[in-house]
Amino acid sequence: MSDSPQWFDEEAGPLVRPYALIRGRTRSSGDAFDLVATVRAIGEPTGELGPEQQLILRAARSPISVADLAVELDLPVGVVRVLLGDMRDHGLISVTSSSAGGARTNERILKEVINGLRAL
Amino acid sequence: MDSVLSEDPVALKILIAGGFGVGKTTLVGSISEIKPLRTEEVLSDRGIGVDDLDGVEAKTTTTVAMDFGRITIREGLVVYLFGTPGQERFWFMWDELSYGALGAVVIADTRRLTDCFPSVDYFEQRGTPFVVAVNCFDGAEQHSVDDVRIALDLDDDVPVMLCDVRRRTSAKEVMITLVEHSLRTLTSAN
Repeated sequence: MSDSPQWFDEEAGPLVRPYALIRGRTRSSGDAFDLVATVRAIGEPTGELGPEQQLILRAARSPISVADLAVELDLPVGVVRVLLGDMRDHGLISVTSSSAGGARTNERILKEVINGLRAL
Repeated sequence: MDSVLSEDPVALKILIAGGFGVGKTTLVGSISEIKPLRTEEVLSDRGIGVDDLDGVEAKTTTTVAMDFGRITIREGLVVYLFGTPGQERFWFMWDELSYGALGAVVIADTRRLTDCFPSVDYFEQRGTPFVVAVNCFDGAEQHSVDDVRIALDLDDDVPVMLCDVRRRTSAKEVMITLVEHSLRTLTSAN
């Protein structure tokens, strides 16, 4: 290896531009996923999946939020959403949103959060 | 145990807003493990001349890194913190961020209080519960919370508090005040 500074691997930037991964689309199919929606793997990976989809399936074996997935994959949220939309259409993952409704209007949960914050 | 496992995790969203450089990132970092969340967004020409964009006038998209923190209350109950993008040109991201949010913290700097007007207006209009946390910067002249309340023309029920976002206990207090306020808003609505 030479001593001159060079870019290797990730430092050289992505080999494939993020939006090329999703073939130029910027909207996912169906509803947009909330940043804190929960993603779960429900299907088995097949050989046809791209590396990003496989990473998502692996990461979503236990429930994970859309935002956490984006951080884990180091991809922009918009890209992750499109990938998730495809995967949901193929029955590989489920996406459920909890922030929109019940939770924040649930007194018991809010009290639990207050106590949890106090205990931090 | 099975029923616990199959239960959907509860995810709550809290927004951290305020002007550029007011301490949003510091607050998120004081109380949670902070990670940069990448969002690739359209840059409108409104940003030009506001930020140092010399030489990149032709740039139409930019990567916006949003501060993103997670506080695990217990397994299956997580509070997510999102630092809202500070510049006005990213406002279109706010609607999505604030959708379903438990509430918002508006950080204010008394040396440039006007910077937080847009955030206050935004959450007032949307009916999102919020608290105003006055970040006490070193050397900044101290103002009473009442002065700030009057200057911002806040409703009486909106909590205003002094804080030091660098301190975990102070950041914690801000969060607790917000969730308590959200809870009050909720119970008074019922």
